[in-house]
Amino acid sequence: MNAITDALIITKRQLLQLSRVPEVLIFSTLQPVMFVLLFRYVFGGSISTDSPGGYVQLLMPGIFVQTVAFTLAGTASGLAEDMGKGLIDRFRSLPISRSAVVVGRTLGDSLLNILVLIVMGIAGYVVGWRPTGGLLNTALAFLFLLAFGYALSWTGIYAGLAARDARVVQNISFFITFPLTFLSNAFAPTTGMPRALQYFAEWNPVSTMVAACRELFGLENQFGATAGSFPSEYPLITSIFYMLLIMAIFVPLSVRKYANKAK
Amino acid sequence: MKSVIAENLVKTYRKGEVKALDGLSLDVEEGTVLSVLGPNGAGKTTTVRILATLLSPDSGHATVGGIDVVKHPDKVREIIGLSGQYAAVDETLTGWDNLVMFGRLYHLGKKASIARAEELLERFSLTDSAKRPIKTYSGGMRRRLDLAAAIIVKPKILFLDEPTTGLDPRGRQEMWGVINELVESGVTLLLTTQYLEEADHLADEIVVIDHGKVIARGTSDALKKDVGGERLEVIVEADQLKLAAEIITRISGVAAHIDEGMRSVSSPVKNGTQSLLEALREFDSAKLHPLDIGLKRPSLDDVFLALTGHAAEETK
Repeated sequence: MNAITDALIITKRQLLQLSRVPEVLIFSTLQPVMFVLLFRYVFGGSISTDSPGGYVQLLMPGIFVQTVAFTLAGTASGLAEDMGKGLIDRFRSLPISRSAVVVGRTLGDSLLNILVLIVMGIAGYVVGWRPTGGLLNTALAFLFLLAFGYALSWTGIYAGLAARDARVVQNISFFITFPLTFLSNAFAPTTGMPRALQYFAEWNPVSTMVAACRELFGLENQFGATAGSFPSEYPLITSIFYMLLIMAIFVPLSVRKYANKAK
Repeated sequence: MKSVIAENLVKTYRKGEVKALDGLSLDVEEGTVLSVLGPNGAGKTTTVRILATLLSPDSGHATVGGIDVVKHPDKVREIIGLSGQYAAVDETLTGWDNLVMFGRLYHLGKKASIARAEELLERFSLTDSAKRPIKTYSGGMRRRLDLAAAIIVKPKILFLDEPTTGLDPRGRQEMWGVINELVESGVTLLLTTQYLEEADHLADEIVVIDHGKVIARGTSDALKKDVGGERLEVIVEADQLKLAAEIITRISGVAAHIDEGMRSVSSPVKNGTQSLLEALREFDSAKLHPLDIGLKRPSLDDVFLALTGHAAEETK
């Protein structure tokens, strides 16, 4: 019981931080909106698509996934900063559960993701995005996006605890997540990629998430070389598998890293 | 009764390459203050981190409040307070936010956390800045808030790792005042410092450590006896060194030490200010005009020089 309240106190701390430095909140919501506008109006005109409703229908699921994936850089650098400033040591010296600090952080990041997704959803609607999968499926898609963000935040937690410097870990996270989100079906169909890359792109968790969201938003997915493969047939199940795999690896690793007393 | 016992602590970093602690032993009597004195890299922070359950020793044994720090770290955490070298508080939050948050993490409950936070802010003269982010605090205010966070649940045993390093003289004085008050309230305190003056001011007993080992232990007076206490030092023009040495020798009763390079003459003295006044009068009547004259209190370097024959060196 205490472990949960401890974690919630840490989450509350993060919300307080956001209220004290509202710029963080403003830019973490404005940045994805900027991406929506750029892709919709800069690339949208030149990427041809058979999809009814045009490029924006294909784009929005991609940007949703990209955005929740990018938040892990903030998770990692925030935690690395707490480490560097000795705050994690203070938390470690308190009689609280070993998981409270990291769980609290992931919950806080999920709350931030909820807000960001709402703002993006509205921005998407304004520029013409119309999900046609029905209310229930649309809600389900957002739930999966949150779950994906939550699972990924654990990789950010681990990176933050393992890092020496907040800025370095932020750059590294970006260096990994940026290509991952572009080597996918998120912004352009994979069919135009070299064949070998198509396999990577379509097994990429970002792609399976995007494909799953497109399905739930009522779109048909297009596949190239990997058409008929498991992730193309069952993107939702594949995505859930990826999330569970990430959590199964990084939750215990992170909690162990937090409690580690070797250094 | 001993509140803190450390026996033969060994800790190495980087797979044995760096030996931070090399069989360190110390203990603190309940209700007293022990100061761990040593240069950077001597093992002070490592010692505190092990006793505060943040780090496991490679070998050796330590108990805090009679509880084994390796076997029952959770129980140890309930009775200790820790305040480190770097103010470990959330800088974007206000002082009030921080103390309430830590109170809640100590499971005080919401109301009690708020009451305790306000009490501590008042006590540490931080009420006026309670609603300002820590970022805007001065170094001294930050340390006081950090200390306040460490004593929220009135710990029986308090660890302070270099509580005044980096503070200006005024900040240091304020910090000493706060620490002295705590000590009067009966807390057992282990503090580390690089300043002999600080150890002298706050501690009942001092252990001097170097290269992860205790090299001397005793009261401040006993240590100073080894080191030689205060010295009277005067700096003059090169051609006046001999005359100055005669005067200083006469006053101190000990043959003065002459450093030609520094053009200084010095000698240990018993009653410092008295000797200083006397020296001033003598120099004046001899028409000698010292470039500088004063009393030098022994520094950590002097202690090290006396104890080990070498100056305090940074080992990293």
